Amino acid sequence: MTAPVITAAQAGLVSCESCHLVSRPAGAEEPGFCPRCGEELEFRRRGSIGKTWALASAAAICYIPANPLPVLNTISPQGSDADTIMGGVIFLYTSGSWPLALMVLIASVMIPLGKLLSIAYLLISVQRGSVKSSRERTRLYRIVVIIGRWSMLDVFVDTFTVAMVQLQPLMSVQPGPGVLFFAAVVVLTMLAAESFDPRLIWDPANPGELSDA
Amino acid sequence: MKFSESVACPDCDLLQHIPPLEPGRKSACARCGRTLVKQPTGSRDRPLALTIAAAIALIIALTLPLMALHVVGRSASTTIPGAAYEMWLQGQVLVSVLVLFCAVIAPAGYILFMLVLLLAARRTPVPHWAAEMLRWVGHLQVWSMLEVVMLGVLVALTKIAQLASVDPGIGMYAFGATILLIPAIMTNFDRREVWQRVVWSSGEVTPTPLAADNARALR
Repeated sequence: MTAPVITAAQAGLVSCESCHLVSRPAGAEEPGFCPRCGEELEFRRRGSIGKTWALASAAAICYIPANPLPVLNTISPQGSDADTIMGGVIFLYTSGSWPLALMVLIASVMIPLGKLLSIAYLLISVQRGSVKSSRERTRLYRIVVIIGRWSMLDVFVDTFTVAMVQLQPLMSVQPGPGVLFFAAVVVLTMLAAESFDPRLIWDPANPGELSDA
Repeated sequence: MKFSESVACPDCDLLQHIPPLEPGRKSACARCGRTLVKQPTGSRDRPLALTIAAAIALIIALTLPLMALHVVGRSASTTIPGAAYEMWLQGQVLVSVLVLFCAVIAPAGYILFMLVLLLAARRTPVPHWAAEMLRWVGHLQVWSMLEVVMLGVLVALTKIAQLASVDPGIGMYAFGATILLIPAIMTNFDRREVWQRVVWSSGEVTPTPLAADNARALR
């Protein structure tokens, strides 16, 4: 690599997050609007760290009631039966479809937890000004963004189960309060991932150095 | 269309120059490895054809029953909007709105905006309102979760199949087709090429002195 290694911010330029045009900002404090698409320009996402912490903490708080509260209530003449997310996983496993049980377990339990831990790790490492393994941390961020949507799986499973099983008085299924908390966890972690700015990972790196490439 | 361009990596802000790329080739950031550009193959009309097909498939998927359930002489069927409505009736209003947004509004909006955008992009210069749509398409894409909805339907089907016999409906097949068509639109659509031809919000038609200015700053 012989090309000069410099970021847009170091060159006094700003890159549009919407159309990716690199332009000269209107001012150092207020970069103004993208001349091509009209999006408001920002050197780095505004208040990124604070906003991401707030959203991730809110998601962590919702995660606590999301697990023990029932997501589905099955009502039949024999009585009613409440099912949590883990209960749904165990039902799928015992009824013989372990691949689906594993998929729901990964999407509903492991992905939300992994996302919260990953976002916290990224925030702490950025706040400490870490320059180590920036490439791996950026990759972790991209994974968080890509797989986040899959944790909506259980919300859709519950919705379609409720919609299909309405055979009163024989049997009916109602949504439980857990589903709302669980949906909130998913939406809040997705918003947290969107408000985090991965460029902050690279800002402490020495200018003019193409690290580990 | 091939052209070279200077960009800043969206993930690490490194300024770099993207050379003209052959169709099917991609370029990645030299520092963080993020894919910067994927040059689509095929003609400019292919994304339009795929979008029209996706629009038809989505309309069928949203209106015809996804599956029907039979148990002791009784039967029930549901569509995607119908499932969201049932959640509303059961008192889960917020969840119902979220499901409606991710499974109906975001994908339908994405396909509709792409359709209008691709028709507008047949003109040069591309009108500025089409650029506005191009911005929206990116946001809708994040919340359009049809593939997750599909997996959710399949898991629900497996669970219910323990209690009653369940048959997939025509809506299910159209739903499958939509899920295959949406990523095909994304990979065949050259958004960079549209951005190059768009009328700028400053009212100018590309290229402008500002772009030349940036190019100088990079040398």
